[in-house]
Amino acid sequence: MSKISVTDLDFFYGKVQALHNISIEIPQNEVIAFIGPSGCGKSTFLRTLNRMNDTIPNTRADGTILIDGANINDPKTDVVALRRKVGMVFQKSNPFPKSIFDNVAYGIQINGIHSDKADLAVRVEKALTDAALWNEVKDRLNTSAFGLSGGQQQRLCIARALAVQPEVILMDEPASALDPMATQKIEELVVELKSQYTIVIVTHNMQQAARVSDKTAFFMLGKLVEYNPTDKMFTNPNEKLTEDYITGRFG
Amino acid sequence: MEKRIIDQQLDTLRDKVLLLGGKAESAVQRAMTALATRDSKLAEVVLEDDKIINQMELEIDRMSVEIIALYQPAAHDLRLVISVAKITPVLERLADHAGNIAEAVLIINNEPELPQYPDLKIMSDAAAEMLRNALDAFIAEDGEAARKIILEDKKIDASYKKVFGELIGGIINDPTTTTSAAQLLFVAKHLERIGDYVKDICELTVYLAEASIIKHSPNKD
Repeated sequence: MSKISVTDLDFFYGKVQALHNISIEIPQNEVIAFIGPSGCGKSTFLRTLNRMNDTIPNTRADGTILIDGANINDPKTDVVALRRKVGMVFQKSNPFPKSIFDNVAYGIQINGIHSDKADLAVRVEKALTDAALWNEVKDRLNTSAFGLSGGQQQRLCIARALAVQPEVILMDEPASALDPMATQKIEELVVELKSQYTIVIVTHNMQQAARVSDKTAFFMLGKLVEYNPTDKMFTNPNEKLTEDYITGRFG
Repeated sequence: MEKRIIDQQLDTLRDKVLLLGGKAESAVQRAMTALATRDSKLAEVVLEDDKIINQMELEIDRMSVEIIALYQPAAHDLRLVISVAKITPVLERLADHAGNIAEAVLIINNEPELPQYPDLKIMSDAAAEMLRNALDAFIAEDGEAARKIILEDKKIDASYKKVFGELIGGIINDPTTTTSAAQLLFVAKHLERIGDYVKDICELTVYLAEASIIKHSPNKD
């Protein structure tokens, strides 16, 4: 069974339809890349997967999104629990104005996951280690997160997402503001995390999609044009639109 | 549709490989003409031209690497660069065989003339035609034509067996012809190898056109 199974999803910002009839199966422990020109709906679709669009007034989603078989669009869905299960990392790193330790500990504390102080420290260390940041920050856990470099801040945000033990991680252009070295670290991390999580990543960087993902979905004008294994998409896509986009003929 | 920067590079790459193919084709034809007409000068021209062909190979290699590094081609663009990069050494080796034939011609021309072997002519005509058609199919990106050309190689293989038998028979009947006949055996072998290289070009054309890899596939014939 797919980790995420989307059927006939339409999404509206007021009267404007941003997604048309999207159906897609996302398997567990794989990295799925969403690509497409700006405004194609890929980020909107990503945000439907943990109902982040609920925070935008006057929006509506029709269709079903099953995660582990449960329809997350069901009004009875516990949205907080959903977002714990389906974590998110944004384009711009957004650490809290707190210490490095507190940034990671915050989610654990408000979710009431830890039992005591020692357990909290263990969980923070594990999240930072999993985000490949521990060795760089272990001696300055109590200093401000703003003292970290852009790449480190982004990995801190990944650690913060991992700390609450999600099952799916959504990443919206996580490396677009980073230099090549920091980008490479994020990409290595994505590949590393795949064994434990299902990852969906939105990216404008074709090579990044090619490097990190198992499958790639190409969106245009709110429609899913093609969804195939990444090597197929980048060597011999089925659709001419996909070929034209990935070879830079438009977009 | 508007031309991308990479299109200009890919067009140049395609032109260069076509030029190399033309050189290789002409090397084979000239070597076989030199053999048929006992023209040692023409054989020397073939050997001299091989240096140009080697330079062309290096230039195409350099350009293929540059396109991959600077433009990160994908999909059809990528298949074009990869197939050009793989076809180039095939054309160079194919021209080497033409050079080897030219070397054999220089030796044969110092020996008394042997009777004509019609199957050798059949072989060389078939090889030249296969090569010309294979290059046309590559440029037209015509996978279907390429698949048909692959089948033609059987003709060359059949002629090779015949020529081989005839030449060995000739040596047994008249051992004084051994030097020339042995060189002709090499010529026949080179033509047979040229047919194999043309098959490689056709396989890469199928890859370019259809993204399918038929090399080592039992069903390609």
